[in-house]
Amino acid sequence: MAVAQSMTEATDDRIAALSMPEGGWSQAARRGALARLQDMGLPKRRDEYWKFTRPDTLNTVAVPEAAIFEHDEAPVFGEVDRLKVVFVDGVFDADASDDLSLEGIEIDRLAAVAKADIHWAKELYGTLETAGQSPVARPHAALNTAFAEDGVLIRVTGTPSKPVSLIYHHRDTTSDAILHHVVRVESGASLTVLENGPAAARFNKVMEVDVADGGIFHHVRAQGRDHERRAVTHIFARLGTESVFKTFTLTVNGQLTRNECVVELTGDDAVAHVAGACVGDGDFHHDDTVFITHDAVNCESRQVFKKVLRNGATGVFQGKILVREGAQKTDGYQISQSLLLDEDSQFLAKPELEIYADDVACSHGSTSGAIDEDALFYLRSRGVPEGPATDLLTLAFLAEAVDEIEDEAISEELVNRLRGWLDRRRS
Amino acid sequence: MLEIKNLHVKLEEEDKVILKGVNLTVEAGKVHAIMGPNGSGKSTLSYVLSGRDGYEVTDGSAHLGDIDLLEIEPEERAAAGLFLAFQYPVEIPGVGNMTFLRTAVNAQRKARGEEEMSAAEFLKVIRARAKDLKIDAEMLKRPVNVGFSGGEKKRNEILQMAMLEPKMCILDETDSGLDVDAMKLVSEGVNALRSEGRGFLVITHYQRLLDHIKPDVVHIMADGRIVKTGGPELALEVETNGYADILSEVA
Ligand SMILES: Nc1ncnc2c1ncn2[C@@H]1O[C@H](COP(=O)(O)OP(=O)(O)O)[C@@H](O)[C@H]1O
Ligand SMILES: [Mg+2]
Repeated sequence: MAVAQSMTEATDDRIAALSMPEGGWSQAARRGALARLQDMGLPKRRDEYWKFTRPDTLNTVAVPEAAIFEHDEAPVFGEVDRLKVVFVDGVFDADASDDLSLEGIEIDRLAAVAKADIHWAKELYGTLETAGQSPVARPHAALNTAFAEDGVLIRVTGTPSKPVSLIYHHRDTTSDAILHHVVRVESGASLTVLENGPAAARFNKVMEVDVADGGIFHHVRAQGRDHERRAVTHIFARLGTESVFKTFTLTVNGQLTRNECVVELTGDDAVAHVAGACVGDGDFHHDDTVFITHDAVNCESRQVFKKVLRNGATGVFQGKILVREGAQKTDGYQISQSLLLDEDSQFLAKPELEIYADDVACSHGSTSGAIDEDALFYLRSRGVPEGPATDLLTLAFLAEAVDEIEDEAISEELVNRLRGWLDRRRS
Repeated sequence: MLEIKNLHVKLEEEDKVILKGVNLTVEAGKVHAIMGPNGSGKSTLSYVLSGRDGYEVTDGSAHLGDIDLLEIEPEERAAAGLFLAFQYPVEIPGVGNMTFLRTAVNAQRKARGEEEMSAAEFLKVIRARAKDLKIDAEMLKRPVNVGFSGGEKKRNEILQMAMLEPKMCILDETDSGLDVDAMKLVSEGVNALRSEGRGFLVITHYQRLLDHIKPDVVHIMADGRIVKTGGPELALEVETNGYADILSEVA
């Protein structure tokens, strides 16, 4: 009782410290989200869904300080021709951003259009998030819908000539950023969204993605290298008939990252791929929580997650495939693997299948292991020294996840980032 | 070239002695063969020479030229010119065969203070060598040994040997799992590498490989020791009479 009391207080305290933008088309959704949040409360340590990840620092009013990571490396996706939308500690940076107009796509900023009475995003904002609250509560997402300060609202009607690139800088050691994006890919349209950067000392981000029939959505994200940052992110996707949704996340460093991805395949013949690679060293905790619901016929879903952990780093994977009654011919695949470079690191995995249709093919697997000693000796016996040989095997391990990215140039760039990380660890 | 003296080896994890005083010298330009029943310690000898973990040398020595092999890391032994064609080549998912070979060639060059081979030059050389061994472009692109047939794996070992141009080549049961055609290819690959400056130690259970790779000296190994040494005729003796006769004769 005492604990429940204090948790309610914690939720109330957090809510009291935030301010909800008033008025405009999003008001009803925000108030609904606040009610949901009050009802479910912020996550508690003993919540089953938070068994492997401590939510405390994501809940508190005060943001734990996060040092700014200084480096002079070329920015990720720097070589890609893209439309840049820049946020600094969650605040839009107009000077650093490109003009938001582009053929085949309509981009608004949430903060800029918030006061309007009507907006196309009204029917989506908070809607997919609400749907994603069942059967498992995701309180930080409700908090986000209620209090998001900004974000982008993207509607694609054609095939834009370049990806939209969301860039998140972190300059304030105690910033607490809440961004909420809404993406609507209209029937037959296609879009790639890139995201990169640490964003803030603490970052809460939601992206709701609605892909209409025949639409294509690709998403590649590189979460920034600032080691002390914390992030809780959610993607909520709803897929129409014959639509395609592919998301990949690279995480290098980060004291605490919880990435949730909730996908609902609602139209027949849709495809959803969710993948991620992360490398963690020391005080690193990375949690991928995925929930895929098949609610239509002949859909494919695929989850591929790889984690390399060392010096006491922790990796978490909770992945579920739910096949609803009638979702026949479902092809569901899930693999999560970790490479533990020492005995101090750990990988905690909870793969789940829940199937209510009889004509489906679902498989899942999870492994955790050290470097393959035979392969290592084979490489060394050919003259490759132990360090580079270990790196080669580590990259090969990660490559299986990075290969999930369709764009080869981008996948190559991310492999190079990983190689850089390995090189730095060794020197 | 390769000089092994009184080599005693036990398993690191258990008190099992495998090599019980091996003496063997392979001169430059010569091909020595080691034959012997299964379990006599042939693979162990090759692993110990190349530096695999899990074995403890309790006595004796092994030198390549004036380099004390037992004192240095596996990659240093490779850079010094030692090569082992594995009895069971290892599969490495996710690492392309070509990348693997280029990394190996350049790592050895770097270790010896030589200039790295350019991508273009490497490509030229590997294409020619691969062609000789009937290894197609597809096999070069695939991950190392993954999905290779037994014969393809062995040919891939010989390709590595050809690319790395070692001084001392140890071939562990390179004939196992090979059909007649593959055996011919592999043997031709080995014979093409025979030269005055290079020594070979060919480990085999059967005599038939030695029809193709003609040895200068044949050793019989049993229970962790070289029990008999002779010329090529010794291999033929094994072929006709089996090991039993020889073993009883030296017992
Ligand atoms: N790592 C090991 N663990 C346990 N036994 C081993 C190991 N390596 C070799 N042995 C044992 O040592 C003996 C020699 O093996 P090996 O060198 O493979 O012989 P050969 O190659 O001549 O057939 C065998 O009895 C084998 O079982
Ligand atoms: Mg053997």
